[in-house]
Amino acid sequence: MNSAEQIARDVQSGSMSATSVLEMSLDAIRARNDELNVFLYVDEQGALEAASSIDARVARGEHVGPLAGVPVALKDNLCQDGIPTTCSSRILEGWRPPYNATVVDRLLAAGAVPVGKTNLDEFAMGSSTENSAFGPTRNPLNPSRVPGGSSGGSAAAVAADMTPLALGSDTGGSIRQPAALCGLVGMKPTYGLVSRYGLIAFASSLDQIGPLTKSVTDAAMLLEAIAGHDAMDSTSLPEPAPSLVAHVNDGVAGKRIGLVRELVDGADEDVVASVQRAVEALREAGATIVELSVPEFRLGLSAYYLIAPAEASSNLARFDGVRYGLRVNEGDVTAMMEATRTAGFGEEVKRRIMLGTYALSAGYFDAYYGQALKVRTLTIDAFARAYQQADLLLGATTPSVAFEFGSKTSNPMAMYLSDVFTIPSNLSGEPAISVPFGTGEAGLPTGVQLLGPGRSEAQLFAAARVLEIANG
Amino acid sequence: MSSPLRREDVAHVAKLARLTLSEAQLDLFTEQLGQVLEHANDMNALDLADVVPTAHPFGLVNVVRDDDVRPSLDHDKVMAMAPDAQDGRFAVPRILGEAP
Amino acid sequence: MTLRDGWEMVVGLEVHTELKTNTKMFCGCANTFGAAPNTNVCPICLGLPGSLPVLNVRAVELAMAIGTALHSTISPSTFHRKNYFYPDMPKDFQISQYDLPINAGGYLDLPDGSRVSIERAHLEEDTGKSTHLGGSGRIHGADRSLVDYNRSGVPLVEIVSGPDIRSAAQARAYVAELRGILIATGASDGRMEEGSMRIDANVSVRKSGEPFGTRCEIKNLNSLRSLQRAIDFEAQRQIDLLDEGGKVRQETRHWDENLGTTSTMRVKEEADDYRYFREPDLVDLIPDQAWQDRVRDALGPMPAERRALLSARLSTPTDALLGAVEVVIDLGLDGYVNGAIDADVAPELAIARAANELAAGIDTLHNLTLASFVTTLSMEQSGDLSATQAKTVLLELLGNGGDPKDIAAAKGFERLASGAVGDIVATLIDANPDEWTRYREGDEKLAQFFIGQVMAQTKGQANGKEVIAELQARR
Repeated sequence: MNSAEQIARDVQSGSMSATSVLEMSLDAIRARNDELNVFLYVDEQGALEAASSIDARVARGEHVGPLAGVPVALKDNLCQDGIPTTCSSRILEGWRPPYNATVVDRLLAAGAVPVGKTNLDEFAMGSSTENSAFGPTRNPLNPSRVPGGSSGGSAAAVAADMTPLALGSDTGGSIRQPAALCGLVGMKPTYGLVSRYGLIAFASSLDQIGPLTKSVTDAAMLLEAIAGHDAMDSTSLPEPAPSLVAHVNDGVAGKRIGLVRELVDGADEDVVASVQRAVEALREAGATIVELSVPEFRLGLSAYYLIAPAEASSNLARFDGVRYGLRVNEGDVTAMMEATRTAGFGEEVKRRIMLGTYALSAGYFDAYYGQALKVRTLTIDAFARAYQQADLLLGATTPSVAFEFGSKTSNPMAMYLSDVFTIPSNLSGEPAISVPFGTGEAGLPTGVQLLGPGRSEAQLFAAARVLEIANG
Repeated sequence: MSSPLRREDVAHVAKLARLTLSEAQLDLFTEQLGQVLEHANDMNALDLADVVPTAHPFGLVNVVRDDDVRPSLDHDKVMAMAPDAQDGRFAVPRILGEAP
Repeated sequence: MTLRDGWEMVVGLEVHTELKTNTKMFCGCANTFGAAPNTNVCPICLGLPGSLPVLNVRAVELAMAIGTALHSTISPSTFHRKNYFYPDMPKDFQISQYDLPINAGGYLDLPDGSRVSIERAHLEEDTGKSTHLGGSGRIHGADRSLVDYNRSGVPLVEIVSGPDIRSAAQARAYVAELRGILIATGASDGRMEEGSMRIDANVSVRKSGEPFGTRCEIKNLNSLRSLQRAIDFEAQRQIDLLDEGGKVRQETRHWDENLGTTSTMRVKEEADDYRYFREPDLVDLIPDQAWQDRVRDALGPMPAERRALLSARLSTPTDALLGAVEVVIDLGLDGYVNGAIDADVAPELAIARAANELAAGIDTLHNLTLASFVTTLSMEQSGDLSATQAKTVLLELLGNGGDPKDIAAAKGFERLASGAVGDIVATLIDANPDEWTRYREGDEKLAQFFIGQVMAQTKGQANGKEVIAELQARR
């Protein structure tokens, strides 16, 4: 599968048809979806209609859009009108939203071709896609290993060459970690850069939608197409989409890059080695490296595992069997709600709802949720101080390469710890990108993470591009 | 290792969250949630009395929309989602108590 | 109703009012009453997964107008989630305001001179509506319930008074005055029977000078009459209970209009744990001084001020006239009355016609122009129309609009020839000797008999005062 950049050029010029590109995508899906369990739903008919329409417009000499004819995979927590959207949960099995997420509308306006909905950890809660009610997704690079999570399906779709582009969501690392485990570029943008309207919420103050791609340029193209103010999202930043693709090759000469020890300590040796080589690559490209310590990052895990479940416990209350989705009948409505939720939610989701409800409950609010919001402030202030000494920060994305199925499921804390490097950016709302760099254990790819202040996506893509080139 | 959470607390929270837990799950959750909360003790050791909590990272204020009518959803599309419906309304089994 | 033995009631009221906006609080669905079920709904007010709220600027302005009228401090505010499960709540949480409401403090002065403090007036969204099948139509005994979400997301302001009210009559007066203010600010249509205003009453009793007693909440009172009756009943119930040595249990009670009693709805054994936390999908609301000033400048005079202005135009403010003034202000008819007085119509006449004839035709008031009202009353004042005729013309104008002079002509309302009344009275005296004798001997009631006869003969054209003058002259 060619890059999105290439496909869009070919389709717009007429040298390749969108329908033929789509056929390649569908072939790749047919070849490996049973094995890997990437897509929960493939919208062949809708995609064909979209592709044909694009070809017709090209034939009429129309300008289609920057993503003309490019197939895109959508994480199944994104609403698509009339298309089954499940969040990989039994409680939404069979539900078809009556509306599109804003990002879906923007993809269509850009000429992209949504192909289907990808597997995730149920309600985006997890780091391996093992928490899906519809079976785990396998890592295309090594099917005995996880693709990461929660956007494991989206990552696998791109890594398996089913689509060049995929959208995921990132609340505590759910785009970046799967990107690292599957050898992809994955970015969590600045909070508010991409509209959340139509993203089924996990933790409202942390969730962001972002790109998963093979190349930095493709990621920049995808993000540019979906970013910008949306009147339907009150937390959306006021400005229109920034110019990103034009700055991908700006380089890093003269930039100060802070290597943060708390974003490296605790990672496996192979990952640490990749980070060190990334340091060298950035230096060679003209950046200055500064060594920094930001101890507040260590508190992030505790704060996150109170804030995110608290908001989630409230966001998931609407799944009560009354208006849509699963209903388990009982004699009275309270019993019905309880039976529905008990049958419909998986164990990890229940665990987080319980944790969140507890953290918000009377008598415990100040000690847990209230305290976590203050730690959030500490994190934001710590980042601000770091950005006085560096333009961008560098570290690992996740402590290890893709791990084996079942290796972390018996102990939730062990799974939660794999988010330790990604969580700080969710707490601060600032952007971060994972770039494939080097290989590790069992020949699996390692990823390194670049972090930037709010609205610094262009600089992040430029630095990521430097690493992409150096990685060969 | 004793958990900072008591089993009764967990049972009470399950009711609040409209979840039925088995005895085994009650025990498991009491232990697992306890571990997460233990981990949170590193936060609670800090004196953050003067720190202002952050709920929103970028300080947006006064986001409003004009009072203009926009199209509603098609009624049939709405009711098609309903697990049980009657007379154009969502049907539920009997409600035992008045709303709070 | 006075309480015995030094007992005193303590009442606080929470009034929820639906705001008169075009659209709902957080989405663009129409805010109307009476639409077919589940037709004014969208992903947001249905709480569909993925939906997000966006605040209605008009709801904010009406909330600020209410706060201004109640002398509150308009403050920076946030929204909170109030979390509980109920089928008429699409998200199973309600977006409301908790510790930082848009309006803090304030007060309301009542016509009797007493002042009730306002603790807060905040914004929140309304829930859907359930109807219960089987049983009596109430929740208890129902087999299943049907939910309509048209009302879900309608903007509400909740106004919370201090526990300053000391009688059911005062509570009633408070709500009546508040309603007038809500109508005057444009925030509400005041139609309690349609549910635009709903009242919860917190009632406790104590012996004067003692600390506050345990209170009970009576929910969802939606008329002034039931409010007053319910509070009186509940205070007495608590007193009887305490006098017998019992204790008042803190609980929520329901008022039954037919039985005339309150009964337990829910015992508050465990305080509801709403797990309030700041709504992450909305941002802070900080109305700057310029915005607050614009809202203040756009506000017209409130009922109290309008009553005072109109009362000051009366030469002899009798209790009956002041009562009529209240009716005029309450129904928003002072524009007509003041306009008529400005055109030299006697205040007493303008007020009487407004408080009676216009009040009766209030639903079609839009058919009546100020000019028509003034012309009709001027004709009555000059004698061109009798009182009865003037009332008929007003009725016609309210029903179908038109021009008063044309209407009078079409109905054949002509001034009676001078002397005509005298002739008719003379004829009647001859025809009714017994009645005349009794009238001459002092039975004033018979004046009505003669007036009635004159009216019948003149088809209402005679002037009542003229008839009386003729009778008295011949006594």
